[in-house]
Amino acid sequence: MSKGVTVGNKKANLFPFSSWMVLFVLVPIALVVYYAFTDVNGFTLSNLKWIVTYRNTLWLSIELALIATVICVLLAYPIAYSMSRASARVQRNATLFIMLPMWMNFLVRTYAWMTLLEDNGLINSALRAIFGMEFPGLHLINNHGAIVLGMVYNYLPYMILPIYTSLTKIGQSLIEAARDLGANGSQVFGRVILPMSVPGIISGITMVFIPSISTFIISKILGGGKDFLIGDLIEDYFLGNSGVVNYNIGAALSLVIMVMILAATFIMNHFDKDAQTSGGGVI
Amino acid sequence: MKKLLTVYNVLISIFLYAPIFVIVFFSFNSGSSRAVFEGFSMQWYQELFEDELILKSLYYSVIIAVLSAIVSTLIGTLAAIGIHSLKGWKKSAFLAVNNIPVVNPEIVTAISMMILFVFALGFFHNAEMGFGTLLIAHITFNIPYVVLSVLPKLRGMDQNIYYAALDLGCPPMRAFTKVVIPQIMPGIVSGLIMAFTLSLDDFVISYFNSGATFQTLPITIYSMTKKPYNLKLNALSTLLFAVVLALMLVVNLKKPKKAEKKA
Repeated sequence: MSKGVTVGNKKANLFPFSSWMVLFVLVPIALVVYYAFTDVNGFTLSNLKWIVTYRNTLWLSIELALIATVICVLLAYPIAYSMSRASARVQRNATLFIMLPMWMNFLVRTYAWMTLLEDNGLINSALRAIFGMEFPGLHLINNHGAIVLGMVYNYLPYMILPIYTSLTKIGQSLIEAARDLGANGSQVFGRVILPMSVPGIISGITMVFIPSISTFIISKILGGGKDFLIGDLIEDYFLGNSGVVNYNIGAALSLVIMVMILAATFIMNHFDKDAQTSGGGVI
Repeated sequence: MKKLLTVYNVLISIFLYAPIFVIVFFSFNSGSSRAVFEGFSMQWYQELFEDELILKSLYYSVIIAVLSAIVSTLIGTLAAIGIHSLKGWKKSAFLAVNNIPVVNPEIVTAISMMILFVFALGFFHNAEMGFGTLLIAHITFNIPYVVLSVLPKLRGMDQNIYYAALDLGCPPMRAFTKVVIPQIMPGIVSGLIMAFTLSLDDFVISYFNSGATFQTLPITIYSMTKKPYNLKLNALSTLLFAVVLALMLVVNLKKPKKAEKKA
């Protein structure tokens, strides 16, 4: 740990930040908790009953976000690995190449997937043209698979980049040392490279899982609106797009997401610590 | 093995760029369909520049992004310096609060601020969400990223230089601007850029906190996608993409020279 240095007046430096964060971060979260446990008559636990009512939606959100996260890890690792082994110039260009699509508005990109996946979309048309036959059973959109695809597509870069960063931190000498000590290729990977990239995988998991579980746009565009996720419910209760505005139910559902993510972060940090200590043991 | 990896990387690249290709390709469609290409034309680009709603919301987006980036950089940089001088649980507490908007799902941050704004605006007659609430919301989600990009530079800073300046009779304020700020400047600049781009690109938080009249570009894009899809959006995205691509190429062509100098 670096020693603290006092530059200027400590309290004066922190004052704008403290007051801003209290007013616009802590007070709003307190308000979410307050709304979750009250209705027009005062304190109540009845908002939490909606969690049971919407348990299927909740499970579906967790399930799809988990699937998307696992797919992202599997897809991202080989890319991150090959990037980390490339020359400095290739590494820099590859990073830009992966980040570039994120500069196009994500709504427009998600609509482009609609163009690709529709029953008369580009993929189906291409298949028809190539094989010269109809695929009437092939529906690529308005199902769970399309939602997962949307999540993977939008958040894959957030998985690639942290894994890549953690892989670049592994010194070449460490890998050579493992080889000198008689480890074969898969042993080097399984006992040196993989354990040392766990912190990257973990921050990638958080960066993919959290936006996936709380999305409300991807499900709307690619899910055809029939499979509402928890994010869609929250949106509806706050903006009243389906006719009912109820901040209390919306706040209760938001609270559920917050608690789940807190728990997930806690478990993740636990894994992270394990990985660091065992990593230290390897060295 | 290496060949396999190359094939794999090409496949993933196709996956990442297929929608981009579709957007750019259909922006030149002479028909109005998002999925059937009828012929080449530039009509959507022409219509784009005649669309006042899009131009106005682009203007609003830039204003919000510039203002929120500047304010959050000021607050965040001071905060990073303050947090760096703390120790123990106080430091952890400040860092934890700073991380809340980073870790919380965007939609939760968005609705929590919306509750506050609706609650607070209830005390005023005729007050509505708009420029003010949007600016506050953007500053709020930008501050943590500025703090996180300045803090590492403070950690890597040689603090003795600051004390040396004081010993040599430099007033603390001057030592701050002449010694500390230059050393952490790269962190401040990257925080500013990050804040600007996050703000420019934000949809979820703006969606809940912008009200009915003050729309930024992502909000306008969203409202346009709900009506029959308009290819002006493709033209717009293609243009913005081209600008970013050009900027990146310029930056990237410049960088190798610097690296060579160092070597």
